[in-house]
Amino acid sequence: MAGHFVHRDPSFAHGVHPPMSKEQTRGLAIRQFPFAPVMNIPLAQHIGEAAVPVVREGQEVERGQLLAEPGGFVSVAMHAPASGLIQRIGLMPSIAGKMVTGIYLKPFPGSTQEVSSGTPCDLDSATADEIITAIQRAGIVGLGGAAFPTHVKLKVPAGHSVDTLILNGVECEPYLTTDYRVMLEQRHDIFTGIGYLLKATGARRAIIGIEANKQDAATALRAALPRGHHVSVELLEVKYPQGAEKLLIKALLNRDVPSGGLPADVQAVVVNVATAAEVGRLLPLGRGIQERVITIAGPAIKKPGNYRIPVGTPLRFALDYVGVEKDLSQVFLGGPMMGAALPSLDIPITKGTSGFVAFTERETGGRRRESPCIRCAYCVDACPLFLNPSQLGLLARNEQYETMVEKFHLMDCFECGACSYVCPSHIPLVQYFRAAKVMAKKRRGKP
Amino acid sequence: MADNSHSEVMARKGNDKENSGKRVTAMTILTAMGVIGVLTFLLASLLLFASRKLHVEEDPRLDVVEAMLPHNNCGACGYPSCRLFAEALVAAAVLPGKCTVSSEAERDKIATFLHVEAGVEVKQVARLACAGGANVATKVAHYRGAATCGAAAQVAGGGKGCWWGCLGLGDCERVCDFDAIVMNDHDLPVVDEDKCTACGDCIEACPKDLFSLQRVDHHLWVPCKNLEEGDWIRGYCEVACTACGRCAVDAPGHLITMQNNLPVIDYTKGRDSVGDRGSRVAIERCPTGAIVWIDDSGEITKGAASKKIVRHSMLPEGPS
Repeated sequence: MAGHFVHRDPSFAHGVHPPMSKEQTRGLAIRQFPFAPVMNIPLAQHIGEAAVPVVREGQEVERGQLLAEPGGFVSVAMHAPASGLIQRIGLMPSIAGKMVTGIYLKPFPGSTQEVSSGTPCDLDSATADEIITAIQRAGIVGLGGAAFPTHVKLKVPAGHSVDTLILNGVECEPYLTTDYRVMLEQRHDIFTGIGYLLKATGARRAIIGIEANKQDAATALRAALPRGHHVSVELLEVKYPQGAEKLLIKALLNRDVPSGGLPADVQAVVVNVATAAEVGRLLPLGRGIQERVITIAGPAIKKPGNYRIPVGTPLRFALDYVGVEKDLSQVFLGGPMMGAALPSLDIPITKGTSGFVAFTERETGGRRRESPCIRCAYCVDACPLFLNPSQLGLLARNEQYETMVEKFHLMDCFECGACSYVCPSHIPLVQYFRAAKVMAKKRRGKP
Repeated sequence: MADNSHSEVMARKGNDKENSGKRVTAMTILTAMGVIGVLTFLLASLLLFASRKLHVEEDPRLDVVEAMLPHNNCGACGYPSCRLFAEALVAAAVLPGKCTVSSEAERDKIATFLHVEAGVEVKQVARLACAGGANVATKVAHYRGAATCGAAAQVAGGGKGCWWGCLGLGDCERVCDFDAIVMNDHDLPVVDEDKCTACGDCIEACPKDLFSLQRVDHHLWVPCKNLEEGDWIRGYCEVACTACGRCAVDAPGHLITMQNNLPVIDYTKGRDSVGDRGSRVAIERCPTGAIVWIDDSGEITKGAASKKIVRHSMLPEGPS
């Protein structure tokens, strides 16, 4: 059977094939999550400046009411996830490992799922800039995990134009099935959202990229394609990290985003399907994000599933609600490849949380000792950006941070974890790189 | 290939043509010597010319002064190397006292040599704003991964109960070029004030920003960075500041003010302006020993009311 006779879905070079482990939750419809006794809402759930609170301690707020206004252009608004009392505005733990300022909200016992609406943004009459402002005011950020404010992406920089809007429905992270469920259950929200996004960016066509292991989602979307817009659905090879923005552009458009560049440099904008669905669900009603869909999965979870969970729900409450096995050992926020293991259960679910995965002692117990690099170059073959993780790892150990940045393009690394995954010596490469990036930035800040 | 083997054969057959071979060898040696000799002469005259023509008149005191400096190149004086500091000294831009790393006798020697004053500059040392060793501060998670603080801090903070506290993996010990930082039995770095040159490497290395440069005569010190108020932190760390404010009330004048739930000491408002900075009464009523007195020998004294820490073993990991 000659290679060129086999149909291959488009993809990028390199990458890895971790077990996808999505069977646990892919068949489970999205369910509503109850309110936690106290919600912790950090003011900076997104990349950029923190939002500025417009409520005071002791104030009563309605579900959907504006809690904080954007603190700048790269910042978004924050809305109340439940009707309740603002207990305190103070410090709270965050996934970044620092204490950050946030709002403690105590929902009323009788708080309903009713959401207050604001000024709607009408697709037909609104201009591109009005849509972008409406998206910022709705507090919408990239729901795929990075939590980058969506309106900043849509604001095409001067001198650039965008011809293609890419909807990221890849969801290459193992265990997570949120985007998949959203594509099955919120098709019309997605297409409404696409309408807004096309108008905001001025793109002519939209492509929804989906990994080939989600055929039914692609079929469902294709069956509901709207008339009037140029929207298509493309299947992509199942390979990690297919969902990374630059690699998705490479796979779908065969365009290379330059090092340190933006998708707009190659006339593209990439938005997650769940983000598009939120745009389509919230903008016609003038509402803001006060909840999001997450996957709760993993061997240690008793009631795994896809839940629509209020933003700010502490992990401890979420784990109590779904139930965990006694020998719970590790909880990853995000997913096992790119997510971070958590030291504390008081960290809240934020807009950027696409799910969490819990493991028992059985899966994580085996102690993997770090051995010296044997120069096998598995990591070099795995790196989707053609970096040299082996060399970078050695440099990180020797604190050669400047060399890493200047000669080995450390800052291009988006920490997908493919190198650490394949390393037979169990070297925690990505962790070295994360620490090295921090040090490199620290040193650059010096005069 | 053919040529090489041919010459080898010729060499082996040298016995047959002994005389001619000798003549060739002698000739070769003479030629080589001649060439090398001429080359040597040419280069030597070039060097001679260069040293005469390009000679820079250097203050002869520069080398002497540099020899008197400690050769640490630590940068505590504000100059990148001892040589550059020596240049500044000779140019009378600074006084020898700026070098806080050398001994007083050495500084006086330089001052006498240069006929200047020694100058008073109080030595600075790196101080750690955390006292939460493994015997008093709990960890709420078991960290597995690259064994550096920088890497651990990237995994959602590193797993210590206190979000501000020292992770104890010794990045500061590793970067210190002067062996001035040693991790103690409870995974807390201890700064040897005699060896510390205030180079600032530990400040850069610490992902929790716990180090700062302090004058050694800053006797009053708050080894805590907890920005939250209240006793809850004592569940995670027995020596944390609870922001009770007793030290601020007890201290004379406006020596101590509470800012962001931590006592901030204004060292310019001590009992006298140069020597004894701070006031010892401030530490006495501290319930946790989060404000301490560091005397000239570097010994740390806690207040009488502070809870005594007798545990030497590590605390077990707590629930997260």
